[in-house]
Amino acid sequence: MEGKIAWMLTASALVFFMTPGLAFFYGGLVRAKNLVNTIMYCFVSIAVVSIVWVLWGFSIAFDDGGSANDFIGGFSMVGLQNVPFDGSGDWTLLDVTFQMMFAIITPALITGAFVERFKFSTYLIFLVIWSTVVYSPVTHWVWGGGWISQLGDGRGALDFAGGTVIHINAGIAALAAAWLLGKRRNPGLQSNNVPYVVLGAAILWFGWFGFNAGSAGTADNSAVNAFLVTNVAAAAAALTWGLISMIRTGKMGAVGVATGAVAGLVAITPAAGAVGVMGSLAIGFGAGVLCFIAVELIHRTGLDDALDVFAVHGIGGIWGALAAGIFTVTAIAGDDYLGLVEHGDLEQLGIQAVSVLGTLVYSAVATIIILYILDKIPGLGLRVSEAEEDMGLDLASHGEQASVGDGAD
Amino acid sequence: MLKIEAIFRPERVSAVTNALLDVGVTGFNYQNVTGQGQQKGVEVIVGRGGQATTRSTVAKTLLVTVVSDDKKDAVIDAIVSATQTGEIGDGKIFVSSVSDTIRVRTGESGEAAL
Repeated sequence: MEGKIAWMLTASALVFFMTPGLAFFYGGLVRAKNLVNTIMYCFVSIAVVSIVWVLWGFSIAFDDGGSANDFIGGFSMVGLQNVPFDGSGDWTLLDVTFQMMFAIITPALITGAFVERFKFSTYLIFLVIWSTVVYSPVTHWVWGGGWISQLGDGRGALDFAGGTVIHINAGIAALAAAWLLGKRRNPGLQSNNVPYVVLGAAILWFGWFGFNAGSAGTADNSAVNAFLVTNVAAAAAALTWGLISMIRTGKMGAVGVATGAVAGLVAITPAAGAVGVMGSLAIGFGAGVLCFIAVELIHRTGLDDALDVFAVHGIGGIWGALAAGIFTVTAIAGDDYLGLVEHGDLEQLGIQAVSVLGTLVYSAVATIIILYILDKIPGLGLRVSEAEEDMGLDLASHGEQASVGDGAD
Repeated sequence: MLKIEAIFRPERVSAVTNALLDVGVTGFNYQNVTGQGQQKGVEVIVGRGGQATTRSTVAKTLLVTVVSDDKKDAVIDAIVSATQTGEIGDGKIFVSSVSDTIRVRTGESGEAAL
């Protein structure tokens, strides 16, 4: 028990650190005049969602919802009542803590689509609503006893660490947001700070060990396997992306390798508890190829998903969710799970597909409705003014600059 | 009085400033600038590694000094010998007239203020 708590608290801290890591990964990619704003989107998610989670977010995600339990949890754990200090309840403070870090990073991921033009005050409200109406219910479906966990006669879809709950969810929400928001007036060509992008990706990779290996719930063989396959997939995807870009442009850029690593990490997320090292090599390689292509294809649609959230998290998550059903190793995943490669069984793959589709549809529709309403509320709206967008959101939204070079510092 | 603006390779800054001080220049300032001349732009990778594009992003240093007319040739020779390599990208020097100079500390003007 002590080993379990020690590991799970550590894993929680690792996942926490991913949100500031994401802040820098995203921040380095945007124009310099929007660096503080991009970081703030991620950082403020920590502040807002931490509170929403312990007040009602956890309850909606994990409580028994009675007759509505297929779709949503109940309110008996609002304010964490019925989650006793001594860990004797159905759910423990440890569960709340670990899961909270996932709830925090998911809306922060979405912000990559709407950087450089989204109104910050509207974002604060969006955080509360989206977390409540989209994140917690989808979590409930997959991990809280809802319909996705009941597919295939109770076996459920394989989503070890949240490929569906976090990444497909955030990815499609990002695409929906990009569609509603419209394009940036003058997007930059180059990243303003490549070292931040790499450092951010490194922090994400580091934190992801907690994200995936912590999802084993305890300090056991499953955690060890998850840790290792996470690294393998990230490495394979990073290298694949780097090599493809070297073939295409003659040079291997740091931004590409960093992005590739993140794509691999996304893809292994649902599968980390079900596949072995060979499967994770394939998953990482696949993520490198598919997400690279997805970035190009989404650009061609004219949608300005500024930081390619759907291409990396959406497509990466979808590939990982399907691959979990393809490369399942029953000795790792559990006797109920028969994969395509090992057993020639298509059923798990079918379950994965249903889970993916349900999440895509719900998250897209709900996000569009939420943003549409926020856009229409007087005093809110989604976009900053054109003058503010040109000035840069660091000054326009926060009255700050990332670095001051005019002697006024 | 003449304003001499020199654009040259950034790695030569120290050589230029030392040479200027050697010929008796009393002050100068310099900044990093970006652009292109006969060296066409530079290729950068954009997006996530999918495309390359050319940007006018050649780095140079722009140094400005104001000197009395009689120092013109010495200053230009000093700059040229400190930076010339014979390759495209050595830079340019522009000479223009200055109508007045004021020393802030004392209020003097004209050549005495240089």
